[in-house]
Amino acid sequence: MRIIVALLICAGSVLAQQIGNPTTQQGVIPPRGVFAIRNARIVTVSGPDIENGTVIIRDGKIEAVGATVAVPAGAQTIDGSGLSVYPGMIDAGTNLGLVEVPQGANGTVDTSEVGDLNPNAKAITAVNPHSAHIAVTRVEGITTTLTAPTGGLISGQATLINLLGTAPKEMAVVPHAALVINYPRIGGGGGGFGGFQPPANLSETLTANERRLQQIRKMLRDAEAYGRTQDAYAKDKSLPRPDRNVVLEPLVPYVRGEQPVIFRADREAEIRGAIRFAEEMKLRPIILGGNDAWKVASLLREKNVPVILTGVFSLPSREDDAYDTLFENPAKLQQAGVRFCISTGDSGPEVRNLAQYAGMAAAFGLSKADAVKSITLYPAQIMNVADRLGSIETGKMANLVVTDGDLLEIRTRIKYLFIDGRPVVLTSRHTELNEAFKNR
Amino acid sequence: MKRFIARLVLFTIAGTLPASAVRAQRQTSPETLIRNATVLTVTRGTLQNTDVLLRNGKIAGVGKNLNASANARIIDGTGKYVMPGIIDAHSHSMLDTINEGTLAVTSMVRTEDVLNPTDADLYRELAGGVTTLNLLHGSANPIGGLNTVVKIKYGRPASEFLFPGAMPGIKFALGENVKRSSSPTQAGVPRRYPNTRMGVEEVIRDAFTRARDYKRTWDEYRAATKNDKDVMPPRRDLQLEPLVEILEGKRYVHAHCYIASEILMLINLADEFGFKIKTFQHVLEGYKVAKEIAAHGAGASIFADSWGYKIEAYDAIPYNAAIMTRAGVVVSMNSDSDERARRLNIEAAKAMHWGDLTEEQALKLVTINPAIQLGIQERVGSIEVGKDADVAIWNGHPFSVYSRVDTTFVDGEVFFDREQDIARRPELAKERARLEQAEPNKPPAEGQSPLGPRRRRPTEEMEIERP
Repeated sequence: MRIIVALLICAGSVLAQQIGNPTTQQGVIPPRGVFAIRNARIVTVSGPDIENGTVIIRDGKIEAVGATVAVPAGAQTIDGSGLSVYPGMIDAGTNLGLVEVPQGANGTVDTSEVGDLNPNAKAITAVNPHSAHIAVTRVEGITTTLTAPTGGLISGQATLINLLGTAPKEMAVVPHAALVINYPRIGGGGGGFGGFQPPANLSETLTANERRLQQIRKMLRDAEAYGRTQDAYAKDKSLPRPDRNVVLEPLVPYVRGEQPVIFRADREAEIRGAIRFAEEMKLRPIILGGNDAWKVASLLREKNVPVILTGVFSLPSREDDAYDTLFENPAKLQQAGVRFCISTGDSGPEVRNLAQYAGMAAAFGLSKADAVKSITLYPAQIMNVADRLGSIETGKMANLVVTDGDLLEIRTRIKYLFIDGRPVVLTSRHTELNEAFKNR
Repeated sequence: MKRFIARLVLFTIAGTLPASAVRAQRQTSPETLIRNATVLTVTRGTLQNTDVLLRNGKIAGVGKNLNASANARIIDGTGKYVMPGIIDAHSHSMLDTINEGTLAVTSMVRTEDVLNPTDADLYRELAGGVTTLNLLHGSANPIGGLNTVVKIKYGRPASEFLFPGAMPGIKFALGENVKRSSSPTQAGVPRRYPNTRMGVEEVIRDAFTRARDYKRTWDEYRAATKNDKDVMPPRRDLQLEPLVEILEGKRYVHAHCYIASEILMLINLADEFGFKIKTFQHVLEGYKVAKEIAAHGAGASIFADSWGYKIEAYDAIPYNAAIMTRAGVVVSMNSDSDERARRLNIEAAKAMHWGDLTEEQALKLVTINPAIQLGIQERVGSIEVGKDADVAIWNGHPFSVYSRVDTTFVDGEVFFDREQDIARRPELAKERARLEQAEPNKPPAEGQSPLGPRRRRPTEEMEIERP
């Protein structure tokens, strides 16, 4: 609660008035305006750090950043002495907003549609702006997530959202940001329970996988044909009018390589398979998961396939893997020149710990600067929104985090938070419960 | 089937490799002097530029310019941090099975009977500076099985893991898991009692009522034998014996719980029967009833910030540790997860981020506090002369996310050393390649070979999901 007190004391009544209703269930989002953060260390991420500089925010955008920037008249100012400004953190591999309570409350879970092929399932439809997870996550400095569906073979379309808004469309940065495909796994269902399972018959497994891959392939080919048919009719209305198809239609930009396709794949064979399949189908692949990416680094680099690493805090896949195999995975990819970013891969509760995932990678070989990039600029680049997000540069969306120290250190506090140029109150369901009970 | 067995052999061999390697490279010097380090004693503050001497398995000295024997191993601790070995008060590592879920009261079963000393996660935990684990039965029953406290002596037989003199304990559990809330009802199979938190209380009350009578029977028998040597002894009851030990204060109760009402229920029930709850485990709503927990004298062993994974965890907040600590509760941070156990230093630091505990208070969460909760605080949990030489050397402050462990000692012996670990990787890679080339292990003519069997031990929380 010190955060709130500090906010009110430091910012004074001007900001406090602007911030408005300090509850986590906001019916009105805080208004944009003109803000100046002065005398702060500015970690631009895309360029050198500015040891003592100013960031100007106007109408949602970063208007200016630098050591000698003048504060415009009428700007609400924040004294950033002793503080650091970072771009908001981005977690590009979550289900945040689609799940409230995963066990025992099925009604709050909206991740997996029935059936294997659901390209028309759109995460942006089901994201709950009023989920407790949203505020709990953003008060730790995570401003943006890729929220993805999970089920079947073609899970649906992920959405890139800011963690502020009273309706999904207010949150959406890219409403339909990527198609999500679960690349068929070799060696059984994998992640489930069951302890000791005899290995499946190899030829049967491969046949089953090939059949599943063929299902995906057929649907993508159908979508290509569908797109061509619709285009042809658009140009020549004398042709027979093709029926619209709600399942195939959303696939068209993906099969044409205009939008990225995320393949969930952790093991070496699946990553290689996904790259091969994407090449065959002329898709723009991104690997999500990537536990074995370090084993496939040269191929990933050669094909320029980026990886969203979700397994930094997973146990090594094999008993005889080195204990730090997954802690080191990001550093190894960085060394090999593979594009990557770091994600929690979580459905909600753990997304707020994103900085620690990057910090652990830095403890095991990744430079501190690259660790910060791995949760800011790199995910923005991979999701093709680096023109708007991921660094502190003039013209970018004002998603900014003001801290009292190193962004990745656990003890560091978030002092101010801007999302889309709006000053966000640092309260959540958790700060409210803390306030309610700390003096009971 | 032949291939399957061969693969099993491969994996078994691969799994034990690190253990044998550790054994081979373990230093034989009985004495180690760590020089000029920052020493986080936990109970006596943080000492700069200080030496720590480990001799005969004990901490033999803490101070400036200590002398060591001629054959002592000298480690330059400049820029390094020495911390007591981390104690994880809620673990299921090295347990081949966790839940005896068939009955509501399974106090007759013992985790000590299912220890697997080759569990690779033990080594990974050593690499996170962890040296002691409280191995708990699962949470399938209001009264579960007996616990085992171990030191992580990876590479040794299970019998050498046992922590000598640790207080015996038992797992209790309340709430959703024992109600089997998440288990599907199967046609024709009656649900196991209890089905509600009301029933949970009655199961425990019934068990302690029987235990009290059982104790009386034995007390009467013992009194009678003073006069008459020919009295028939009562029949032993292995289910009730541990409960009698609880009533006599000889066995600690570690009670899994989540919500405020069930915490209060167990406190009241324990008061009624005149015993103490040693720790509430998870106790995610402990912050709502912190003063009642403190008044009972119970400890709390919690997650740093897990929340929301089920209904009874929805009100969990990361300020829990701080609120309970300020109320006077002895709080520890546990893992309940082989994964999280590797980074309990980070989990402890979270209590500074959320709730403003001091560094010293936060350090205690994974050292002396869990030691108190397990009755081993005279042996471990701080860096003091005479205590067991269970310490880890970190390359930076253990509360920094950028730090990692260089070396972990248990009873003065090295059980993890990062340099040695890295040095033997090429040799292990060669060995793996050789095994893969062995005829039975060759992949089939085409395609990838499927993964061999790998034991996936679900966490306690996950296991309960199974019918």
